[in-house]
Amino acid sequence: MNIILNGSNEEVSDDTHLSDIVLKLSNSSTGIAIAVDNEVVPQSLWLSTTLHAGAQVEILAAVQGG
Amino acid sequence: MADHFNLGGQAWNSRLIMGTGGAPSLSILREALIASETQITTIAMRRVNPATSGSIFDLLKELKIAPLPNTAGCYTAGDAILTAQLAREALGTDWIKLEVIADDITLLPDPIETLTAASRLVAQGFVVLAYTNDDPILARKLEAVGCAAIMPLGSPIGSGLGIRNPHNIELMRSQLTSPIILDAGIGTASDAAQAMELGCDGVLLASAVTRAQKPDLMAAAMKFAVRAGRDAYLAGRIPKRWHALASSPERLTTKVQASNSVSRSPKSDLPTISAANPEEDQRESPQF
Repeated sequence: MNIILNGSNEEVSDDTHLSDIVLKLSNSSTGIAIAVDNEVVPQSLWLSTTLHAGAQVEILAAVQGG
Repeated sequence: MADHFNLGGQAWNSRLIMGTGGAPSLSILREALIASETQITTIAMRRVNPATSGSIFDLLKELKIAPLPNTAGCYTAGDAILTAQLAREALGTDWIKLEVIADDITLLPDPIETLTAASRLVAQGFVVLAYTNDDPILARKLEAVGCAAIMPLGSPIGSGLGIRNPHNIELMRSQLTSPIILDAGIGTASDAAQAMELGCDGVLLASAVTRAQKPDLMAAAMKFAVRAGRDAYLAGRIPKRWHALASSPERLTTKVQASNSVSRSPKSDLPTISAANPEEDQRESPQF
C-alpha cells in the first residue's frame, strides 16, 4: 500500500509497523517523534501501530535552529 | 545573595539562553555553547533526514544544557500546537518556545495565531515561552493566558539591528510580573547589556554568536554583557543630568575664580551656574 512519509509517497507492505519505518529512516530512536494523520503517536505504541493506505506519517527530529 | 533567574519553576544561574541556528558545524557550536555558560538552548523540530550526522540533542545532553524546543517555521496556531506536542514526545520536555511567524520575508510573529496557540498550549500543560512583537499590550495578554515567559523581539530575527524600541521594552517591564526575555535582533554585546539594563530577565540569541567570525569569543562576550547589564540594572543607574556634577571635592580657590568667570550669556536660556551656590541648578534633568 501507499503512504505519505514526510511529504513523499512511499510504498510499504500492509503489515508495516511504525517502528519499521523509524528503523528505515534513522539509526537512532531517541529525540524523534511521530505524528500519523496529525496526531502524535507515543513511542510506546510504535511497535504495535500499523498503518492504513494513504496515512500521512510525519517523523521529526531535533535539529539546530532558533 | 545569589541572583537566580526563576523560569518555569526552576532557578537558573545563567540568564543567557542560546539558540543553535546558523552554526557552521556542531563542533563550532559546541565551543560556543561552552563559552556562553548557557543552561538552556533552543532547538528546532524538522523532518528526519537520514543523511544528517551528529545529533544536536545528544550534544545538549552531553553539555548538560536543557533543550528548549521551538516551533520555528510554523505559520498557524494548529501547526505550532502539533509541533509542540511532537517536541514534547521527542525530547521529554513540557517547555516550548512558541514561535508563530506571519511570513518568511519579515519572520515577524503573527500576534493573533501566537495568542491563540499560547492559550491552548497552556491548557495542555505546556510551559510556554512566547516569542512576540515588542508590543506591551500583546505581552500583557500573553501573560494573562498563562505564558511562563514573554519573549519580545528587539528587531527582526537575524537582523542584528539591536533593540529598536527600548521604550516599549521598558513599558512591558513596568506592566508585567512574568519573566521577559529579549529574543531576536541582538547584534553585539552592547545590545545584550542594554536588554538587561532595560529590565529584561534574560536574553535569547543565536545568530549574533553562531554567525560571528569567532563564535566562541562572541559567546563569552555575550555572557559578560548579560551579567554586566543585569548588575547595572540591579545597582540602579544614576539619573541623567543636564549639567556636569563634579566628582571631586571643591577647592576653595577654584570657588572664587569660578564665581568671577561664569556669567549669564545674554542670549543663553541656560541658567547661570553659580559656583558660590551650586545648589542653584535645580532645573529638572531632561529626558534623553
